[in-house]
Amino acid sequence: MAAHLSYGRVNLNILREVARKDLREFLDKCAGSKAIVWDEYLTGPFGLIAQYSLLKEHEVEKMFTLKSGRVPPADVKNIIFFVRPRLELMDIIAENVFSEDKLQSSRDFHILFVPRRSVLCEQRLKEQGVLASFINIDEYILDLIPYDGDLLSMEYESAFRECYLENDQTSLYHTAKGLINLQALYGTIPQIYGKGECARHVANMMLRMKREFAGSQNQILPVFDTLLLLDRNVDLLTPLATQLTYEGLIDEIYGITNGYVKLPPEKFAQKKQGEASKDLPTEPKKLQLNSAEELYAEIRDKNFNAVGAALSKKAKIISAAFEGRHNAKTVGEIKQFVSQLPHMQAARSSLANHTSIAELIKDITTSEAFFDNLTVEQEFMTGVETDKVNPYIEDCIAQKDPLIKILRLVCMQSVCNNGLKQKVFDYYKREILQTYGYEHILTLNNLEKASLLKPQTSSRNNYPTIRKTLKLWLEDANEQNPNDISYVYSGYAPLSVRLTQVLARPGWRSIEEVLKMLPGPHFEERQQLPAGLHKKRQQGENRTTLVFFLGGVTYAEIAALRFLSQMEDSGMEYIIATTKLLNGTTWIKSLMDRPESQIS
Amino acid sequence: MTVSFQIFFTLFVQMMKSKADEEDYWNSSKFKAFTFDDEDDEFSTLKESKRTVNSIRCLVEEDDDKEEVEKVSWNGEPVSSKTLLWLLKQMFSIVVSLEKFRSLQDKLLLLDSCVAAHDGNVITAVLIYLKRTLSKEVLFRELEPRQTALSHLIHYLTETRDQRLLLELYTCLTCFCFQLLQYKEHLSIADENKRRDFLKSCLSLPFSPEDSSHVQDHYTLMERQVIIETTDRRAERGEKVERALILNMPLITTLSYCCLYHYSESEGTFSSPLNIRQTFKISEKQFFVTALGARAKLKAWSDVDALFTSRNWLGFTRKKSPLGFQRVVDILQKNSAPTQVLQDYVALVDDAELRITLAQKHKCHDIVINTYRDLKDRQQLLGYRGKVERGSGEERKIDELLNNLQIRWKN
Repeated sequence: MAAHLSYGRVNLNILREVARKDLREFLDKCAGSKAIVWDEYLTGPFGLIAQYSLLKEHEVEKMFTLKSGRVPPADVKNIIFFVRPRLELMDIIAENVFSEDKLQSSRDFHILFVPRRSVLCEQRLKEQGVLASFINIDEYILDLIPYDGDLLSMEYESAFRECYLENDQTSLYHTAKGLINLQALYGTIPQIYGKGECARHVANMMLRMKREFAGSQNQILPVFDTLLLLDRNVDLLTPLATQLTYEGLIDEIYGITNGYVKLPPEKFAQKKQGEASKDLPTEPKKLQLNSAEELYAEIRDKNFNAVGAALSKKAKIISAAFEGRHNAKTVGEIKQFVSQLPHMQAARSSLANHTSIAELIKDITTSEAFFDNLTVEQEFMTGVETDKVNPYIEDCIAQKDPLIKILRLVCMQSVCNNGLKQKVFDYYKREILQTYGYEHILTLNNLEKASLLKPQTSSRNNYPTIRKTLKLWLEDANEQNPNDISYVYSGYAPLSVRLTQVLARPGWRSIEEVLKMLPGPHFEERQQLPAGLHKKRQQGENRTTLVFFLGGVTYAEIAALRFLSQMEDSGMEYIIATTKLLNGTTWIKSLMDRPESQIS
Repeated sequence: MTVSFQIFFTLFVQMMKSKADEEDYWNSSKFKAFTFDDEDDEFSTLKESKRTVNSIRCLVEEDDDKEEVEKVSWNGEPVSSKTLLWLLKQMFSIVVSLEKFRSLQDKLLLLDSCVAAHDGNVITAVLIYLKRTLSKEVLFRELEPRQTALSHLIHYLTETRDQRLLLELYTCLTCFCFQLLQYKEHLSIADENKRRDFLKSCLSLPFSPEDSSHVQDHYTLMERQVIIETTDRRAERGEKVERALILNMPLITTLSYCCLYHYSESEGTFSSPLNIRQTFKISEKQFFVTALGARAKLKAWSDVDALFTSRNWLGFTRKKSPLGFQRVVDILQKNSAPTQVLQDYVALVDDAELRITLAQKHKCHDIVINTYRDLKDRQQLLGYRGKVERGSGEERKIDELLNNLQIRWKN
């Protein structure tokens, strides 16, 4: 049982349990002792579903990483490859199979494709002459992985790229399938709202799949009242901005992968009293980040400027708790104190970790570079001089700052201006190509295709209207005790979350004009519930909306939605799902061609 | 619609025949919600499908007979065809024969239906079949208006490294979309001469006008880099000087290199910075920053000075700079410029406050003193006295000014 998944209104543990069951079934199909050869990329997502202990229960004795050459020796009956359906990996597998010494061992081979099989890959295996060597070839449909009590992700990194650059809507097909599976567990969702082309496709596919499969009716009482599907390209601005929540900044600076962050070890060295300080560890410090950690759950969604105060307050509470040992006089009281000790020690350790992390982040947020960058971002967001070449960007290019930093800024300017003036566009393009290399023309082309960095086509810039109507910029946002979602960017309210907020109350009818300015259709669909399943709402009971971001979502947007859930009179609770958790840097990287060759 | 139904029916029959134990298949856990034997369903569309499927079942034992198939009544309702489309998708998890789709029309219909299903795997599988059974000309012609299918084919050919066919495809396409993908292949060529030649071959591809000029520039740069590299390495032999390689470096990096090692060359040579500036239309600011950085690195302060001086027909004019002097000072300081040099440029900063800050930072005492004097700020000057060295010339200067009765101090 993953504790952090049961906290929310919707028990996402059920989903995790189903995923574990499917995994168990496959493992049992390959009867006998086994070794798993892992595609490195999968170990992370799988870690969210099953620990090694589960695998051990099903006779998994060894685990190896997929690499060329020979599968290491292991006295097992079965070798199972857990791989993504990628051609390059097929060649490695073929090599593994060929290198198997048939005389020494007689191990059976199996493949589990995650998240789906691929004709392309099986064809390749056939061409290599190894297809027949596999006894079981299956697919493990790992669609929505629960990350936390209110968060699901497909970790489908290339979804945005595939949809907007490559005209490949496979990710949408899997999103639809994932939602159908979700409904099988949590009940049919009666209302579907959406904005965007991809949203429309997903809804259509869902409705069609439902019609085709509608055999036994789904008798489960619906947990979700509404599904909201949002295209990432309805709000291209938000991921480009630097996130200012605690979790958002951790992701921007260090990167959170599969619920873990790797941090520079120096600050986390254990200092034992009385001992000489040992050599500093060289391995990065790995920390798990989810709501099971009480302190983290409290501070993760706060604006970073409010974190210091929260940590101080916590420190006082913990100190006081430890002082309590002086008050414990009777045996009963002492016993009670001792029983609390592990919890208090965990809290103190947690406090130490987050104090260190906060210090690391503060070094960056108080730097001149960070301040200058943020200033320019906010200028663009408030519409200041978005039609000219920006001198700060020019200077950064001249100093050869990291390319992604430059790209985030110029894309932001372009989005806030609804495309750059031709002269400005050409100027930036030329400067970038001359300074970073002509091969980046591929990336610039991709960004143009995705509408992130493009020349102006019409003279009309709708962004100021959208900003004013939806109140996207609130001067002097209260960072300590926020009353509006704009605190997550210290003034800018994420467009995607504002749309979600307005949908709940007063509804999208009131912003018809603005919706028309944003790309893609908006729509509403209803799904029939069997008679008697209509929810009778209790007095004061909240409705639950599943917000699905097609193309990716940032931690700041998640924080903003959690804020809405906590607001007293919102009457709504949000569960968030997405194709991928991302930030501006990982997002732009996914649109670059051959990122490994882009040395900034 | 009837034709496509025939196709799907025959395909379905084929599949049913090839799968030994279809009962288990249909009743396996994957298809929980869809049961054939469900009597009390309320959905009319399912009734339709169910009737259809049940009629087909009886055909399985008999020969594949087209007449029998046509006997099934069908009202052509779209939903049901999509049911079969879904079945088609599932079928691909079993080996199935596409050979039934013989005519071009059948093939294209199959392709379009699969594209509408949005499953990448299925689209690719069909494309592999079409690639095998259609001539290149026909295939390319039919794919051009079908962007999604075209993208999939290119992805497949790229993954399987079918360079020859890719290049042929790119040359045939009339839209601008895919030439850059061909250009991209240069990244996988290690040898500089081969890469340069490859870039040259790209020039004839039908790029958009903007992209075309960039690719042209890239080729010109590459060509030049090879020449400079060869010449410099030859000259270096015997010198034991380690110079940074410029192959595959961006243009500005190349310019920086030339400003370091070929600064004084006349405009006619390949490695002359001025020549590079002109050939590639480098902006004044970029050129300035690069030259400044390079000459400062070599501590060639007179060259730095010369950058600022512009001649007009009367002689020399005041120093001007496309870059703020603050930036200039920054760059010079990073290259350990001596205070005397820094001083000259700090003095040129317009804003008095900024000038003082910079001067204090870089210990350009004279400038601080002079500025306070100009501002007539006695207090500040007095305060600054403590910051200069005891007994130094600066201290004496401050004392002189403080004792100067002619100055009308403001405080």
